[in-house]
Amino acid sequence: MSPSGTPISAADVAKVARLARLDIDEASVVHFTEQLAKVMGHFSDIDALDLSGVGPMTQPFPLVNVLREDVEQPCLDTDEVLDAAPSSDQRRFRVPPIIGLDD
Amino acid sequence: MATIPTTASGIAAAIASKQITAREVIDSYLAQITARESDIHAFNLVTADAARAHADAIDADIAAGRPIGPLAGVPIAIKDNLCTHGVETTCSSKILEGWKPPYDATVVSRLRDAGAIMVGKTNLDEFAMGSSTENSAFGPTRNPLDTSRVPGGSSGGSAAAVAAGFAPVSLGSDTGGSIRQPAALCGVVGVKPTYGLVSRYGLCAYASSLDQVGPFATTVADAALITEAIAGHDAMDSTSIPQPAPALVASVSQGVAGMRIGRVTDLPAGAEPEVIARLNEAFAALEAAGATIVDVTLPSLSYALTAYYLIAPAEASSNLARYDGVRYGLRVNAVDTNSMYGATRAAGFGDEVKRRIMLGTYALSAGYYDAYYGKALKVRRLIAEDFERAYAQVDVILTPTSPVVAFPFGDKVDDPMAMYLCDIYTIPTNLAGHPAMSVPFGTGAHGMPVGIQVLAPALGEAPMFRVGGALENAAGGVK
Repeated sequence: MSPSGTPISAADVAKVARLARLDIDEASVVHFTEQLAKVMGHFSDIDALDLSGVGPMTQPFPLVNVLREDVEQPCLDTDEVLDAAPSSDQRRFRVPPIIGLDD
Repeated sequence: MATIPTTASGIAAAIASKQITAREVIDSYLAQITARESDIHAFNLVTADAARAHADAIDADIAAGRPIGPLAGVPIAIKDNLCTHGVETTCSSKILEGWKPPYDATVVSRLRDAGAIMVGKTNLDEFAMGSSTENSAFGPTRNPLDTSRVPGGSSGGSAAAVAAGFAPVSLGSDTGGSIRQPAALCGVVGVKPTYGLVSRYGLCAYASSLDQVGPFATTVADAALITEAIAGHDAMDSTSIPQPAPALVASVSQGVAGMRIGRVTDLPAGAEPEVIARLNEAFAALEAAGATIVDVTLPSLSYALTAYYLIAPAEASSNLARYDGVRYGLRVNAVDTNSMYGATRAAGFGDEVKRRIMLGTYALSAGYYDAYYGKALKVRRLIAEDFERAYAQVDVILTPTSPVVAFPFGDKVDDPMAMYLCDIYTIPTNLAGHPAMSVPFGTGAHGMPVGIQVLAPALGEAPMFRVGGALENAAGGVK
């Protein structure tokens, strides 16, 4: 059981796969649901803790703004970067249409 | 030809004093790689030609009387999640196969500036997610001490490279134990420095609030030497601590007289009996060397596994969103971008990476954030506070590195929870941001090595290396 009281379901797994942009087939959904349910079952151990009044810790040490003088500095070579891309065109990354097209 | 020293410090000294050439050293290590790499698979890539050319350049500098770096001619293996300019960097993932980074990681450029010679890029669990190196898309690394067993992970290739004599030192990364656990399983020294002591610029991010780069070595002094070389402020990493690199090598031989060593009385159970026996012998050895053993409690430690396996996947789900088939690596073509993302990521990522991305996405999703991720962050605070109380009483804490010695292939690979439990003693350090190291200390079941872990408070590398040095001295006397 999860801290929210219900084990992760196949529908949950299918949904998070969509959110995470991972195409997985139905057999994989079943397989991952079993494994994730087992892992998340272990997570209910922290339900025993009294966490009221405990602040969240997102970083080992407090983050501070790091600023520098606004001056030109060397940067990555554009051609080299684009050479490593799957597709480029006119010195830009080339991608398929954002919205699906028929032709 | 003079004998090739086995330590980085010995090699650097022999080359600088012209007893041996950098080319002789690199040829010797490359010969060892040729002899055994097909059995071990420590590397995704061996950069033999570039290594020989680099060695020749160093020898030319020495012959001409030009200044050389403190690590001139020292061969080093680099984990394949550290960017190397123009040299393939894969994170052992199909999604990055063939990618040549347009820049060097800061640790890579610092080592090159110091004169170290890269011999190759080492295998890892895909994107550093795993504890056995079985999750590599390019096949597992085998433990050089028993090739039927795993080397640990995720930096299994870097640990195996040093254990097999492919390089005297190597670099790994440690998010929940990925340097210390394979060091323990392969019988070498492994160090995770304080969060922010070593730049993460050019380290392919897994969990940014936990990741840290560190060395493997055959001796504690070599581990200190490499930590010194890669540490210190870097403007390219906003979490880099704005201090110069500390001097650490001198600490190794200072002894432990007067030091207070913490023994955790509520250590989570599950360690093999031989591992606990070695731990008790380590306490006895340090006491005999003049340290005082002090009992401490870390009541929240047993919850660290849950906190880690929510926080790390949550951060990973965000960090790995960048592998979308647009700017680098694999693309599976499709009619529109959304279909292209989904198909590319499905084809490019292995199962463990997918599990962690989904786990993290779930823990961060609407309706579950407070129940999972939010709670995990609070548990992280409790663990840090436990350590703070303990370090008011002691200088360092000693635990096992891994509950188990190196296990056979296939033992845990289909049971994620069993695999995750390998990290139970190493994870708390990462959550707190503290340094820790693993020192080989005798053997356990099946004659495989046991590692003892030395934990220290933030920027406590000096006391950590003192205790590491003392354990190394005492380890000669244990079985």
